[in-house]
Amino acid sequence: MSVTALSHAPGQSRAVPRLLIALAFGLTAIFVIAPLAFIFWRAFAEGWGTYVANIADPMTLHAIGLTSLVAVIVVPLNVAFGLAAAWAIARFRFPGRKLLMTMIEIPFSISPIIAGICYLLLYGRQGLLGPWLAAHDLKIMFALPGIILVTMFVTAPFVAREVLPLMQAQGSEQEEAAVTLGARGWQVFSRVTLPNIRWALLYGAVLATARAVGEFGGVSVVSGAIRGQTNTLPLQIELMFNDLNTTGAFAAASTLTVIALVVLIVKAALESRR
Amino acid sequence: MSISIENMTKSFGGTAVLRGIDLTVESGELVALLGPSGSGKTTLLKIIAGLEWPNSGGLQVNGQDWLGLAAQARRIGFVFQHYALFPHMTVRDNIAFGLTVRPRAERPGKAVIAAKVDELLHFLQIGHLGERYPAQLSGGQRQRVALGRALAIEPTVLLLDEPFGALDAAVRRDLRAWLRRVHEETGSTTIFVTHDQEEAFELADRVVVMGEGKIEQIGNADQIHDHPASPFVARFMGATVELPVMLHAGRAEASGLDASRLPRRALPDGAATLFLRPADITPIADPSGRWEVSRCTSNGAILRLELSDGSQTIPVDLPRRAPEAKGLEQGTRVLLRPEAAAIFPGPRAAQMQAQPIEFPRKEKSL
Repeated sequence: MSVTALSHAPGQSRAVPRLLIALAFGLTAIFVIAPLAFIFWRAFAEGWGTYVANIADPMTLHAIGLTSLVAVIVVPLNVAFGLAAAWAIARFRFPGRKLLMTMIEIPFSISPIIAGICYLLLYGRQGLLGPWLAAHDLKIMFALPGIILVTMFVTAPFVAREVLPLMQAQGSEQEEAAVTLGARGWQVFSRVTLPNIRWALLYGAVLATARAVGEFGGVSVVSGAIRGQTNTLPLQIELMFNDLNTTGAFAAASTLTVIALVVLIVKAALESRR
Repeated sequence: MSISIENMTKSFGGTAVLRGIDLTVESGELVALLGPSGSGKTTLLKIIAGLEWPNSGGLQVNGQDWLGLAAQARRIGFVFQHYALFPHMTVRDNIAFGLTVRPRAERPGKAVIAAKVDELLHFLQIGHLGERYPAQLSGGQRQRVALGRALAIEPTVLLLDEPFGALDAAVRRDLRAWLRRVHEETGSTTIFVTHDQEEAFELADRVVVMGEGKIEQIGNADQIHDHPASPFVARFMGATVELPVMLHAGRAEASGLDASRLPRRALPDGAATLFLRPADITPIADPSGRWEVSRCTSNGAILRLELSDGSQTIPVDLPRRAPEAKGLEQGTRVLLRPEAAAIFPGPRAAQMQAQPIEFPRKEKSL
């Protein structure tokens, strides 16, 4: 009797899986790889010198700086908020718990531009709090605070969404064990809770960073896009593009893309650790 | 450390979980809290640990009020059902945890902690596992590490929640004997929670049977087995057959029932309920018997019968080689002769608050 190695059920064609795999690769190439490659091709179209000059443009440098500043402020705040929210929801039963869970997800389902407009109507000069803010000489709209507020809004769910399911799945037994062994609140958090959620926390922070750096819609409403003042990198790219400075726009876009790729690699590395 | 619990109540939302618990545990005693799930036994354990707080009642340990004391200050060793080991720490670090979180002034030096961990690893017979992580251990090894972690702080009281619940039968038996030794060598006061009767009776000095937030009975295996204090305990101890009877002059009477093996009891005449284990019933073949064998299966040693009287079907177990088993088959009509039973006055519906009356259990040849 002959023995045949079977890696698939007899009578079943191999054509279908092959076709599907080819389709998946093809679509990825068309929708993801090609545009990304195109960005770098266009950015370097006029050579290294032009590329560096474009990046070194004071307005572009300022936009990169502003975007980094926003990310540096927003991400730690959202890590703190996400941890606090996940902790509260996972560990305690209180009225409004379900509501809080839903509220955290709202930024996912609302278009960022709506968030921008809401902030404008609330904090703008003609807005609800406008007169009070003007009287106290506080400028939120068309300034850094407005950009930070909107970016916080759109990135709010990331950390909580990553950490919460993990904390719920793990339950509180390890923390209770630590308490019976004499650990105080901070020791429980730093030595038991945090090590357990560190990868999920970092993963959420990485996603939040990517979103904070790339946010366009909400920020475009509240920043006013004042060059050299309130222009973030995505807004700067759009301005350059509208100015028909395509090489400059692509050069700036390439920096954003590099950030995104780095985030992607960090994310993949973290996923394998979780 | 003696523990004294007085009139303790606890409810979650609107559900009463503990309804007035009074219990005293002597210093050095090993006590089992035995009951089905939902009986409140784990909640009671967590209150003693300081992980839950009662709505009312008192908890004193060696005369000290523990309800005013945070869990951290109680120095209890708590072993969780699923061990709750810290997965990111080695076995050594897990065991050392309770010592390393002490305030700096009270914290032993590194060498002292290391020596203590070595001693425990040796004592728990897991000396070779010190550098492993919990994920690399078997269930029984994790259990030992969990106990080692609890013992490291030299607890005043050792509390264990279903300590063997997640282990397979052979490991369970080993660990039971081993835990008993640990208890005796450390001399600690130990309370453990279980739903497994065998485990409770084999391991504990005293067994506290709990049901629906109350203590139903406290005693040793023979007392609880032979003299259940309530219908709840009788059912929990396996007396699953309940027959309505009439009491006349202290003797249970019902058609199709031969109560000659049951002694008379000083009970008022009237309706009562007989609680029987399937193995304590002998079917006696009788053409005019009220019960009929409706099913008959054998596992070689034991015949398991189902008897029916038209309104009720009851299981009966008897040794296949017993003389009474001869000739029993489907359709045979029989009388029931209980060899031992508990009886509580009142019809079946009223059995929840019945007073305890017991019959001595007769040995049955197996």
